[in-house]
Amino acid sequence: MTTAILPTDSATVVDELLQTAENLRWEAGPDFHEHLMEEIYEDAARLADRAVVWPDEEPRFDLDRTIDRVVTSRIFGFPLMILLFALVFWITIVGANIPSQWLSNILIGTIYPLLHEGADAINMPWWLSGVLIDGMYLATAWVVSVMLPPMAIFFPLFSLLEDFGYLPRVSFNLDNAFRKAGAHGKQSLSMMMGFGCNAAGVVATRVIDSPRERLIAIITNNFALCNGRWPTQILIATLFIGALVPAYFAGLISALAVVFIAVLGVVFTFLVSWSLSRTMLKGQVSTFSLELPPYRPPQVLRTIGTSFVDRTLYVLWRAVVFAMPAGAVIWLISNVTIGGTSIAEYMINFLNPFGILIGLNGIILVAYIVAIPANEIVIPTILMLSVLVTGAHAGSGAGVMFQLDSMQETKAILVAGGFTLLTAINLMLFSLVHNPCSTTIYTIYKETSSKRWAAVSALLPLLMGFVLTFVVAQLWRLFIGPG
Amino acid sequence: MSTDEKTLNRPVIDSSACATCPMHNAGNLLKLGVDMTDWDYVLALAGNPNTGKSTVFNALTGLRQHTGNWPGKTVARAEGGYSYNGNRYKIVDLPGTYSLLSTSLDEEVARDFILFGQPDVTVIIVDATRLERNLNLVLQVLEITDRAVLCLNLIDEARRYNLEIDERRLARDLGIPVVPCVARTGEGLPELLKAIEGVATGEIVCRPYRLKSESPGIRHALDTLVPKIEAAYPGLPNARWVALRLLDGDQGIAQALRSGAIGELNQPAPEPQEGASIPLEVVA
Repeated sequence: MTTAILPTDSATVVDELLQTAENLRWEAGPDFHEHLMEEIYEDAARLADRAVVWPDEEPRFDLDRTIDRVVTSRIFGFPLMILLFALVFWITIVGANIPSQWLSNILIGTIYPLLHEGADAINMPWWLSGVLIDGMYLATAWVVSVMLPPMAIFFPLFSLLEDFGYLPRVSFNLDNAFRKAGAHGKQSLSMMMGFGCNAAGVVATRVIDSPRERLIAIITNNFALCNGRWPTQILIATLFIGALVPAYFAGLISALAVVFIAVLGVVFTFLVSWSLSRTMLKGQVSTFSLELPPYRPPQVLRTIGTSFVDRTLYVLWRAVVFAMPAGAVIWLISNVTIGGTSIAEYMINFLNPFGILIGLNGIILVAYIVAIPANEIVIPTILMLSVLVTGAHAGSGAGVMFQLDSMQETKAILVAGGFTLLTAINLMLFSLVHNPCSTTIYTIYKETSSKRWAAVSALLPLLMGFVLTFVVAQLWRLFIGPG
Repeated sequence: MSTDEKTLNRPVIDSSACATCPMHNAGNLLKLGVDMTDWDYVLALAGNPNTGKSTVFNALTGLRQHTGNWPGKTVARAEGGYSYNGNRYKIVDLPGTYSLLSTSLDEEVARDFILFGQPDVTVIIVDATRLERNLNLVLQVLEITDRAVLCLNLIDEARRYNLEIDERRLARDLGIPVVPCVARTGEGLPELLKAIEGVATGEIVCRPYRLKSESPGIRHALDTLVPKIEAAYPGLPNARWVALRLLDGDQGIAQALRSGAIGELNQPAPEPQEGASIPLEVVA
């Protein structure tokens, strides 16, 4: 047996074998696959029939089917969907306020001064305590106090909807629209995952067989508003949109504004899928069957527990990991000066004309450059840079993120930095339509093994974001005011 | 269950110690990225989408992977492990698929793992309320491996629909242990663990149901091709399945033959011994 099987020998044996198989395939004819499947189905049906005893009569009332008739109905399906998600956001917005305040009081109001006292006590050089405490610690504390409460409310609620079995019904409702857009119906599933995290949504597109439709799903996943962007949406909507109406409506209107942005994301998903399937990615739509699982009463406590550990803490950890170095960068670009002007100010002044042109400002654009690794830190960065530019909050040094005692104070800083209602609206739009975070871009590169598609996925939404905000800004200035 | 329980402990003389030796296929598993350093047996969890694979996975491992009530939740492989009666089991949770015959990425992941990974036991999770459709996949898995346990999950929902499932008959027909359970509450899991142990250690020898191939075209093709494959790869446990795939024009399998990946699979499967195997009803 040692040298009897030479590589050439086994190679010829394999070739002969494959040749025989090929010949037999011709004999068996083109229907072989169907015949085989038929046989499997027949055997399965026979075995199942032997093992299962069906109830004598159909139950008169089928709860699952009754619920399905309502939630997938042509008339009620979509309104119910929007209502449900609006409810989820409303609970998130209203519920997150108080714990956020509370966390901010502890992390920034109490611990932050203590850290400074400690640093002074051991004579830490000012630049080191600046990078460590004013940069890294404060960025992290900000991210935790702003993000933890809404995520701890939003993710369990979303998981409960998921466990109940509602998400496949959403897919069912959206399937027709996806097909008309030239995309695969299963894209609705990866889109749903994208509402949690775009990188996870991109991985979830593996359920789509056809490479063409999978690419469409990957490129458009970014339009599903990911959790890193929810806090931006929720905060800006609360500060600027909710403030337009009397206080007792504010929560509801803010929630509806966020829902509007999320729905707009879905609309963009369709539009971009549609144009991709007619330009870069032409081809046939493939069919599939979607199983509507039975409704299952969710195990509330376990779901809350697992979603807290798997999603909330996971996402928070990711945000913290990115916020710490970003905090250091923010502090450094704000404190390293060239000719008396900090690097941050140079960047802001350079980008400001373009920012103003598209209804944003230089601060927001710098924040989006700093926040490429994680969208979560956009708002902290914007606040910090606003303080730097306006010189407000004389108590803290440059590049120091500070305690925000109230929503009003946060808003005051933003307004002092040049924020208007137009800026707020365009920030919400730009937060929806811009390049995905670096993790997602890297995931796209890994999933497609193509630098080209990774670049398309990153640049296409960025370009769209610029065009969208530009158009909104021009219309606003034309019809409403200077903004 | 209780009446015949003691027969489970009856020692079974197994001639092919090689195949039941825990490390006999460690090489293949290593290639698939499964680290076997600390494990005695490896299990694969297969099943249709949304039958509760992830729930079973969590229940067995004590891990808290998020499970969701929708198909396609698990797209990549999740791994975990548990210890039972002194043996350490590694579990690989495969993506849920309706078949192993097409070419989408998730089906390929599942098929390659069962074929090339040669797990010691493949636990097939089926939804008891949708047995017929689920059996399509079960039959395909049983074409590839003969070491399998059927986990009849969601039996509580079946009861709610007044479905009666004769799991003993199903076990006899399929030739593998069938364990009804409710993974969410843990009902039936002790029996599942026991059945897995039985198959892993070779105490329970499966005689899996194989497709009958009634149609003359298929039968003729198989009769010609299977002996050739068996001659080329003596001891290959799933020559028939390889033949079916070749006849279906599966380029992945043809490639595996050319590269020699299939040739490495021909360790002898444990020989079923007359009288030595245990009546399957004991675990049902």
